[in-house]
Amino acid sequence: MTGLSREDIARRAAADLWDGAVVNLGIGVPSLVANYVPAGREIVYHSENGVLGVGPSPEAGKGDPDLINASKQLITLMPGASIFHHTDSFVMIRGGHIDLALLGAMQVSVEGDLANWSTGDEKMPPAVGGAMDLAAGARGVYVLMEHTTKDGSPKIVERCTYPLTAKRVVKRLYTNLAVIDVTPSGLVARELAPGLSFAELQGKTGAKLDLANDWKPVSV
Amino acid sequence: MINKLVASMAEALKDVKDGSVVLIAGFGNSGIPVELIDGLIEQGAKDLTVVSNNAGSGRTDVAKLLGTGRVRKLVCSYPRTSGSVVFEEMYSAGKLELELVPQGTLSERMRAAAAGLGGFYTPTAAGTKLAEGKESRMIDGREYVLEKPLKGDVALVKAERADRWGNLTFRLAARNFGPTMAAAADLAVVQAREIVELGAIEPELVVTPGIFVDRIVHVPTPKQAGTP
Repeated sequence: MTGLSREDIARRAAADLWDGAVVNLGIGVPSLVANYVPAGREIVYHSENGVLGVGPSPEAGKGDPDLINASKQLITLMPGASIFHHTDSFVMIRGGHIDLALLGAMQVSVEGDLANWSTGDEKMPPAVGGAMDLAAGARGVYVLMEHTTKDGSPKIVERCTYPLTAKRVVKRLYTNLAVIDVTPSGLVARELAPGLSFAELQGKTGAKLDLANDWKPVSV
Repeated sequence: MINKLVASMAEALKDVKDGSVVLIAGFGNSGIPVELIDGLIEQGAKDLTVVSNNAGSGRTDVAKLLGTGRVRKLVCSYPRTSGSVVFEEMYSAGKLELELVPQGTLSERMRAAAAGLGGFYTPTAAGTKLAEGKESRMIDGREYVLEKPLKGDVALVKAERADRWGNLTFRLAARNFGPTMAAAADLAVVQAREIVELGAIEPELVVTPGIFVDRIVHVPTPKQAGTP
């Protein structure tokens, strides 16, 4: 059971973005979201390195090395795009001008604590990038990630064991197995990957889940 | 007459001293002043503190500088990227001190230095390991961390276009840290792909006003970082 592809996770998350939303795309699966804009909506994608109006990836062999996203992948610009320097970019981020940050994660806790910059392993140098600024400054944080680590350990946990990026910031999770809301009463699974049972999902999750009464299969 | 153009890379970097704090613009491989970095390696200053968002990939530009062993300390937000082999070698061998700074805090600390401020309170990193040992305070019910200014002795910046007064424009998202770093260093050295006549850049389209720039060296065909 591998569930959704990385592209499908991105497509599913994009479907929840509203007309007019300003959305920062972080490193990893979130960077793929720029390829998916729901029909009939205008969404302004922000990249921390100084771009508003990120468009889809260029065709293979095209693109400009000075147009990249946080993942350092080539991007295009939408009509209406703007380019600005780093300090202004983080004025937008820290100052609450970004509606939503879509970020990757190493661990997310029941309370929405986010850990995505360090495993605490002294031999593995850490890398924080813009994650702490985004977690502190965006008006909302959603996480897009694989449900478990490569060796199958849960990334959704009761308490993060890795150093935190920020406390109580994650509101929703999109994984290859489910869409899960972080609520005051705990984690609520809203959608499950097609063919996956709730018991299987719970078995791959390191914290107690509730199943929403109106749950449905993920549709992409 | 004001003329910040210099004839050679050697002249542009002639008085960079050992122990300098060197701000190097760029994000990923975009906006990295490759030729200025090569010039600094040639110039030979050592015991440097380098401030840069990433730590280079492969063995060119920022990675090449780290590999010379002349960098004592790296102040950086995201050193570990695909291909950051030199950083990982130097770090794991204990030959390089790392100060990890959240990206927005890194940029704002340099802006504070440029703006003559003694620091600022930011919500970024509050309550995390990266705020340990730093003063914090509650402001309107929220925790903020005191961050101090980060001033450069030298900034190395890649611009697209420059005039002899130092007015600059940048190419696409290669702008990134350039404007802030130019303003935050005592000596801002710029490599520009094109040198234009005074007045050729529309005043309202100047991105970095010339007063933030000290020296300009013409590099008509700049290399993109990360390419051999």
